[in-house]
Amino acid sequence: MLREVRFRDDKDFSGCSIFGMMNVRGERFNGEPMITAIANMKERSNGLGGGFAAYGIYPQYAELYCFHMMYDDRGAREETEEFFKSRFDVEGAEVIPTRPCEGVDDPPLLWRYFLRPRESLVCSEREADDFVVQAVMHINVRIEGAFVFSSGKNMGVFKGVGFPEDIGRFFRLEDYEGYTWVAHGRFPTNTQGWWGGAHPFNILDWSVVHNGEISSYGINRRYLEMFGYICTLHTDTEVIAYGVDLLLRKHGLTVEDMARVFAAPLWTEIDRMPPREREVHTALRQTYGSLLLNGPFSIIISNRSQMIGLTDRIRLRPLVAGRSGEFMYISSEEAPIHLVDDGLQETWIPQGGEPIIAELAEKMEEIETKGAEVISLPASDSA
Amino acid sequence: MIGRLEGLKSYLLPQFLIDRDDYRCIRCEVCARQCAFEVHWYDEEEDAVFADESKCVGCLRCATLCPTNALVVRHNPTQHPPNANWTREVLQNIYKQSETGGVLLTGMGCDTDYPIYWDRIVLDASQVTNPSIDPLREPMELRTYLGAKPDALKVGRKGGKPSLETRITPQLKLETPIMFSAISYGAISYNACESLARAAAEAGTYYNTGEGGLHRNLYKYGEHTICQVASGRFGVHADYLEVAAALEIKIGQGAKPGIGGHLPGEKVSAEISRTRMIPKGTDALSPAPHHDIYSIEDLAQLIYALKEATHWSKPVSVKIAAVHNSAAIASGMVRAGADIIVLDGIRGGTGAAPTMIRDNVGIPIELALAAVDDRLRQEGIRNRASIVVAGGIRSSADVVKAIALGADAVYIGTAALVALGCHVCQKCYTGKCNWGIATQDPYLSKRLNPEVGARRLVNLLRAWSHEIMEMLGGMGINAIESLRGNRLRLRGVGLTREELDILGIKHAGA
Amino acid sequence: MKIDVDHHAGLPGVFMRVDGRVKINARHLHYRELNNMIKGAASEGVEEIVVENVFGQRYIGSGIRRPVRIVIHGVPGNDLGAFMDGPRITVDRNAQDGVGNTMNSGLIVVHGRAGDIVAMGMRGGRIFIRDGVGYRAAIHMKEYRKLRPVLVIGGDTQDFLGEYMAGGLVIVLGLKGGKGKRSRFRARHIGTGMHGGLIFLRGEIEEHQLGKEAVAVPATQEDKELIRPFVEEYAGYFAADAASIMGSDFLKIYARSHRPFGGLYAY
Repeated sequence: MLREVRFRDDKDFSGCSIFGMMNVRGERFNGEPMITAIANMKERSNGLGGGFAAYGIYPQYAELYCFHMMYDDRGAREETEEFFKSRFDVEGAEVIPTRPCEGVDDPPLLWRYFLRPRESLVCSEREADDFVVQAVMHINVRIEGAFVFSSGKNMGVFKGVGFPEDIGRFFRLEDYEGYTWVAHGRFPTNTQGWWGGAHPFNILDWSVVHNGEISSYGINRRYLEMFGYICTLHTDTEVIAYGVDLLLRKHGLTVEDMARVFAAPLWTEIDRMPPREREVHTALRQTYGSLLLNGPFSIIISNRSQMIGLTDRIRLRPLVAGRSGEFMYISSEEAPIHLVDDGLQETWIPQGGEPIIAELAEKMEEIETKGAEVISLPASDSA
Repeated sequence: MIGRLEGLKSYLLPQFLIDRDDYRCIRCEVCARQCAFEVHWYDEEEDAVFADESKCVGCLRCATLCPTNALVVRHNPTQHPPNANWTREVLQNIYKQSETGGVLLTGMGCDTDYPIYWDRIVLDASQVTNPSIDPLREPMELRTYLGAKPDALKVGRKGGKPSLETRITPQLKLETPIMFSAISYGAISYNACESLARAAAEAGTYYNTGEGGLHRNLYKYGEHTICQVASGRFGVHADYLEVAAALEIKIGQGAKPGIGGHLPGEKVSAEISRTRMIPKGTDALSPAPHHDIYSIEDLAQLIYALKEATHWSKPVSVKIAAVHNSAAIASGMVRAGADIIVLDGIRGGTGAAPTMIRDNVGIPIELALAAVDDRLRQEGIRNRASIVVAGGIRSSADVVKAIALGADAVYIGTAALVALGCHVCQKCYTGKCNWGIATQDPYLSKRLNPEVGARRLVNLLRAWSHEIMEMLGGMGINAIESLRGNRLRLRGVGLTREELDILGIKHAGA
Repeated sequence: MKIDVDHHAGLPGVFMRVDGRVKINARHLHYRELNNMIKGAASEGVEEIVVENVFGQRYIGSGIRRPVRIVIHGVPGNDLGAFMDGPRITVDRNAQDGVGNTMNSGLIVVHGRAGDIVAMGMRGGRIFIRDGVGYRAAIHMKEYRKLRPVLVIGGDTQDFLGEYMAGGLVIVLGLKGGKGKRSRFRARHIGTGMHGGLIFLRGEIEEHQLGKEAVAVPATQEDKELIRPFVEEYAGYFAADAASIMGSDFLKIYARSHRPFGGLYAY
């Protein structure tokens, strides 16, 4: 159960299934279709991890950071709560409701907190985000037996050891309504089943679910460590999440540029680009070569307004996108999309390294003015 | 009472013995003509070929070219009395010095048996959880850019298209992460220089002039030339700085850290005189330090002088010998503005160095590299400079291990010369290289045809590059930048805890 | 092997015999249950098995060695027809990854798109995909004696089409999802490592899209006769206009050498 007794491998190795579903109008729906969809890909996981991230589930506390916590024991909880009280105004604290569920054994203590950074300690929103990141790092590294599942606003991560559908039932996800959901079923080869190690991995609003194995993990991690990230989990997913945080939040790159870093076009393609585009791509690879995610992966990255699907540049892991009215889907396999949506309009398979970006409607206009190369929907999309 | 003992029988034993199979020998005299050390001679009266083995350096030119394989050159098996301290090498050195009063001189890299960490490090490969990649069909990228990189990029939008707002400083573009080390015209022949230049151009990489200036005829390869600025400043002038793809300040050399050098006047021919811009026949002395660099801020001054002189159009590299405090020194070099830092390990080669220096000063490159890469990362400045390592890179596997430890690219010197025919006899300083490499004797140097030489070098780079791709593919990686500094793909075998810690790798099985 | 089919008859609506055909509702079936029913029916000599509500069940058609007709309504899972030796499968929607993996004989017709590695290592039989396919179609497809696999793709393909292909015939028609217009081929690394077999592409590609081991030339009339029967068969399944397709220009892509890597080693 404890992190300390996990195997001392370089990192966790795992195969997986991923599924994401978004209502681009921001209308909320409960977790049922997510459970159905991820259960449909059961063959891709092995019961050693499953999890969900849901956005829009706490509208009444939308302005507060919601910490989903796991504790090994009461001591860890008390220590963490002391820490919270020293740095935040705690607006709410409660046990996350669960139900007994076959296949989900020995759950840790699961709590959630609605927190406001103490005003005297931060001034700007950006500072508040950094403040929260530091708090997460502090808890994960310094407080024995405590681990932060998620730390974003109006969202939460529910995860654990078991098949994802069982984890979903355990957490009563049918009782939550969100406008974006992502799910993950895990097939680890070397983990001893620690709840914190399940996916999604989250920091602030960003959640990552991931299928595959990043062969460049060693250098990705060393690169991020240079920027102060402490990788405690030994998972590719953690590294990807910090990479997202660095590139988007700290360095201010766009999602498209981030995709060009994580799944850089080949030099032969860059060489054929028009001069200005070539210059950008060359500089991205030169500067962020150590963040190239090399090896097979497909990921869904989500935040409060976006759901982004991406595969490695030679597409060694599968990813299918689907669209049906207000709903966007991203999945490891096509069948579960059909299973949860019989009115499906279309599905398509993106090119390797080409991001699928689904965005909330209020941002739709902005996307469409960027042109087709930004949003990788088929040409018919604007119709 | 110091002086060379002349006319007395030397106590030195011949290093090599030459067995000549008289039945095979056809008296063609190839051996006699090929040996600049005048080992072989033909006696017409006796119709036999004889050898003065005391002159033989073991370069194997005769044995290689003998059309009937009549010659066997072997290490002299005569044994000194067994003694772990007073070994043959030790005794022979003392005899040599007592007969001459001189400093022991040698060529090439350190040949003593310090641990070669490359041979104690093994590589990883993918099995099941991720696919290995077949480089024969799948893309496999070795392209490497050397130079300072920004910590973060700013990308704006112009007309809906991304547009770069951060200025990237000049970079060297390598199609394979292997360059040819600094070797001066003077240390090696013009034909050897031309071979390196042509090969670098063809293979999309760089060679390095060393401190001997750049021959006019080779200016056309400028885009693939790194011009060195060393303590002697030989041949350093505006055109030389202009034509180079990059400039390299040479502080030190792995074979002789802390030591200057000198090209004896007899080697300063008309061409070398023109290239080095010194009078013909005078000794070309390289001072031990740069006399405008007595401290780190002085290095910064020279770096920026070179940048200013070349309009900030090319990266500036700084090369040091790997010594005890390399990590701290490297950090200072990066902060002083070096775009590329070159570390030359204890096994790095030379045309001439005092034997005691070569074999006893400096540290193995593997340890220096690991320490420097770690330090620059700890200080958050690893992006600001590329790391190139030199000194004892013998194969593509060494290259892969160096890159995984943290190097951006490697320099090869000895390996390149071996490709040109060098047999590592370590007598470069005599100027009598029978392979036409380390010589200025036109009779000898014409043995190396630059076109053939370039072909051999390009072949070597092609073969190594392919092997690198195979190893990358095995690890499931298809771009070299994903290997760079990726020490998780390395494991040590038979190393101590301390060595593993310094190398930043785990032991095999862990 | 005797597979007990009849106990499924007890599940209302799951397994039904209708006019000599068998009808299976796969909605809540695990692939092993479903495939056991299909195998059982096939071993009884049933000629047609209709499977409804298929959502991702894997390996359909595997392990059956008779020419039974399997009609799939829904989206079958990965490895449809893997190692298949005889059955004739029709799918009314899209298929996922690994269609016809190492297939030896039989027929697969997909009224939609297929995912990655279609016809990987396929050695015989025919596959028709109405629309496009994903990455690495026909990877390492090969032929042996009288076995010559055929893959016809109505739409376009993603990268690495025919990667280290060793034999067989691939035809890519470039018809865009039934909209009639021919799409521009975006695929890169076509025929990389190719050392046998033929790829016919309707339309143009640029030099850089071709792997270095492959050669592309305009197809001659004689070449086109080679593919005509398969284009006509495609048109038959999907109501396409064979004559107009055959009236277009095709590229023929073949291996530069049967031993592309002969010069690789030093000795």
